Amino acid sequence: MTKSPVMIDRRALLCTTVLGWLMAGPARAASGDFVAAAGPLAPGATPSDTRAEALHLLNRLAYGPTADEFERVMRIGAERWVDEQLHPERVALPEPLGRQLATLAASDESQRTLPASLREAQAAARDGSESSKARLRELFQRVGYGAAGARLLRAVASPRQLEEVMVDFWFNHFNVFIGKGLCRVLVGSYEREAIRPHVLGHFRDLLGATAHHPAMLFYLDNWLSVAPGWQPPRGARAGAPSGLNENYARELMELHTLGVDGGYTQADVTALARMLTGWTIEPRRSRGDSVFWFDAGRHDDGDKRWLGHTVRGSGQAEGEWALDVLAAHPATARHLALQLAQYFVADRPPPALVARVAQRFLASGGDIRAVLATLFASPEFRAPGARGAKFKTPYQYVLSAVRAGGVPLGNVRPLLGTMAQLGMPLYGCLTPDGYKNTEQAWLNPDAITRRVNFATALAAGRLPLARPAYDDVPLAMPAQAMMASSAMRPAPEPGWFTPPLAADALLDTLGESISERTRAMVAESDPPLRAALVLGSPDFMRR
Amino acid sequence: MLDRRKLLKAVAATGAAGAGLLPVGRSAFAALSDASAVAPPRLVVVFMRGAVDGLSVVVPYAEDEYYRARSTIALGRPGQAGGVLDLDGHFGLHPALAPLVPLWQTGRLGFVHASGSPDTTRSHFDAQDYMESGTPGVKTTADGWLNRLLGALPAAGVAAAPTRAVSIGAVLPRIFAGHNAVANIASGAAAVKPTVLDRPRVGEAFARLYDGDDKLSRAYRESQLARREVMGALAGDDLEREMQAANNGAPLPGGFPADAARLARLMRRDARVQFAFMAVGGWDTHAAQGSAAGQLANRLAPLGQGLAQLASQLGPVLDDTAVVVMSEFGRTVRQNGNGGTDHGHGNVMWLLGGAIAGAKVHGRWPSLADSALYEGRDLAVTTDFRQVLAQLCERHLALPDARLDEVFPRWPGFGDGGLDLVRSRA
Repeated sequence: MTKSPVMIDRRALLCTTVLGWLMAGPARAASGDFVAAAGPLAPGATPSDTRAEALHLLNRLAYGPTADEFERVMRIGAERWVDEQLHPERVALPEPLGRQLATLAASDESQRTLPASLREAQAAARDGSESSKARLRELFQRVGYGAAGARLLRAVASPRQLEEVMVDFWFNHFNVFIGKGLCRVLVGSYEREAIRPHVLGHFRDLLGATAHHPAMLFYLDNWLSVAPGWQPPRGARAGAPSGLNENYARELMELHTLGVDGGYTQADVTALARMLTGWTIEPRRSRGDSVFWFDAGRHDDGDKRWLGHTVRGSGQAEGEWALDVLAAHPATARHLALQLAQYFVADRPPPALVARVAQRFLASGGDIRAVLATLFASPEFRAPGARGAKFKTPYQYVLSAVRAGGVPLGNVRPLLGTMAQLGMPLYGCLTPDGYKNTEQAWLNPDAITRRVNFATALAAGRLPLARPAYDDVPLAMPAQAMMASSAMRPAPEPGWFTPPLAADALLDTLGESISERTRAMVAESDPPLRAALVLGSPDFMRR
Repeated sequence: MLDRRKLLKAVAATGAAGAGLLPVGRSAFAALSDASAVAPPRLVVVFMRGAVDGLSVVVPYAEDEYYRARSTIALGRPGQAGGVLDLDGHFGLHPALAPLVPLWQTGRLGFVHASGSPDTTRSHFDAQDYMESGTPGVKTTADGWLNRLLGALPAAGVAAAPTRAVSIGAVLPRIFAGHNAVANIASGAAAVKPTVLDRPRVGEAFARLYDGDDKLSRAYRESQLARREVMGALAGDDLEREMQAANNGAPLPGGFPADAARLARLMRRDARVQFAFMAVGGWDTHAAQGSAAGQLANRLAPLGQGLAQLASQLGPVLDDTAVVVMSEFGRTVRQNGNGGTDHGHGNVMWLLGGAIAGAKVHGRWPSLADSALYEGRDLAVTTDFRQVLAQLCERHLALPDARLDEVFPRWPGFGDGGLDLVRSRA
């Protein structure tokens, strides 16, 4: 995993991009309209059951309900909506979102162009001049904000919600950290090129795409791993690699595929590292969009024993074959089934469900769409007891609040700052295991206070979510950086803020997921506080 | 010495006990400002996540094997440029940890070398989990040993405060998981910044919403009580600014020193803060770890400064404090192909504070001879980490023998393991 990471320069990720308004103002159906249009999900279901189930789906397959999306599930019915979510290619992105994404810089820059821009800017910055240093900072700002902005704007406004949920899930599963070297410019490219195209596809393709992407090769050091005894070409700089690096090989089995109890040994880690020697980054020799390069000269072509197989030296094919074996391994199926069931169903999912999902994974050849269809159709997932059983992660909490409020989002910085403050900075997980999604990981005293603070500020319209482009506040990762920067913020202007939220509209959108008790307390409280109480309620902390 | 009469008097003076209220905020602080007289024993755990290279922290510079195994990343012998700071003629301290040398010289810093977990996993996540659950090899343990310790060690007098146990950071670590209440305090200046909930109208409305007996309601109430305590003890401090001034305006090295100083002040001003936990990450140096300078040195420097801050800000309370610094496992004895080190086994635990029998590298040193290495590649473990922690629990915190089993279940807990880590209390 990471070597001692480069600390994030808080000036390094400033934004210069204009983000327009994303969402049209909330157009709400009047309270009660949904019920009339509802199609029952099961014989004998009451309208309230139907609504509760729709909300459950929106809380798990999406980042919570918006007024419109809730209405849509009720109108087309749960099963059709789930099917639609499993086939995002059939759902068009709304034009305003597309326009807004197009304004984000770097969204079309690739693993080839970005590191080249970085090298160029770094070389120029060696002259020490303020202007060249500013250019380097500008690059980090542009690229970092481009990635984070695209991620959050889509997560809030895309109707292809499951796709966005799975982008978060798989990025986190194959985590890379924005603070380490090349990853400073590559997280967005990694998400666009390695993760996003495969989130509902075949696991083997996803695994292969991460294994070949320079962000992963760099983050887990495999680009440096060479056959023991390999001699660098004459004239190579001092410090050239001279042997194996086990980092990627270990995490590939422990985290990405088999799981820590998947039955491999230290000898298997070493053997896999040898099989993957020569998988490196080489922009000058690679062709096309990819900068992956198999350097046969660095490869350990000796025979290996790995997971009980004898592996004959055969160059890059050894590593490709290893990915085939790992992707189709029963331990991988169990490991992924457990993770998916934990994410979508319960912190401690029923073992029988995990076994069925694992079986589907194996039977379908690792077809993620098929696996999810099984999961979503399972009685365990559909059980009324599953509703609200998950405690939202900070990422889910923040996004669901913005969606529920129908907040027109332009500037995502306040959301990034809140996520960082809550301990879950976007792209900021230093370790390759990614963030957890359990209650144990995220429910703590300080978290509740900070969530309530965010809810209060959002509900009162005190967050500058509509602020036009600015570059004086960093796209912060560490909370300290956010705090340190507050002193230099300019006085806010009225146009930066979104309107205060109305509690009645929120309660309509959130429906049965807000309890009668909470509704009664909200009704009894001061009107200006009501919307904050809804979003800051214990009910809304769950999904 | 714990003076119970003084303690009870302090409680009575607040007048709160009779009303069934916990003294909070400034009144609690005033009642207990005579903290050093009460002197309950304290424990601070600092966890280095990512497996620090212990052989670069407490360096066996007297062994040729060390230099043979590390052709480009070994630290020089004492007296050489960038060499280690000699500890005892055999071991030397990484030069980036120079701020800790005075503590060694005054007998308040010691180490237990070749210590670690009996479980041999080289997974960071399992290994950390085992060290925090206190049950190596057992994955089903739901709680952390530090939380179980809270239950096993009865709170003395008014010590049952919402801040009896605190963790620094936005999430609660595994080590504190469990049913005993633990406060967590934000890292950085946010710890002492007022929030909207400090406005009475808002605070009361949310208090009504969170008045149930569910987990969220309990967490909410704990948070509010703890915040009042912390704000009461630390209001008016601007540590970042103070430390920057003390540094001649130079920027602070990351957040750890300020967080450590803030924690120390809280402990000094509020005697009821008995247990604390902090974590520092970024030790997984698979490539280009450097030696006297470089990536590892850059991480060690703020850690050393922070621990020195912790010690100095604790003031007299340091006498009653044990700080233990630990990491999930050590790293390979031989450097890898990239000037780094891979996942290993044995490591070094650091012990700091007036309670510690310092100025000594404790434990049985297995040496770096090939024949002594675990699986031919790693420093062997000769001291179970629980041995160290158990001794701190028993001899420093006065945990009754009979309750040690609650803290470290399924562990035979044989004798003192030949260790003598705690200074006998006068």
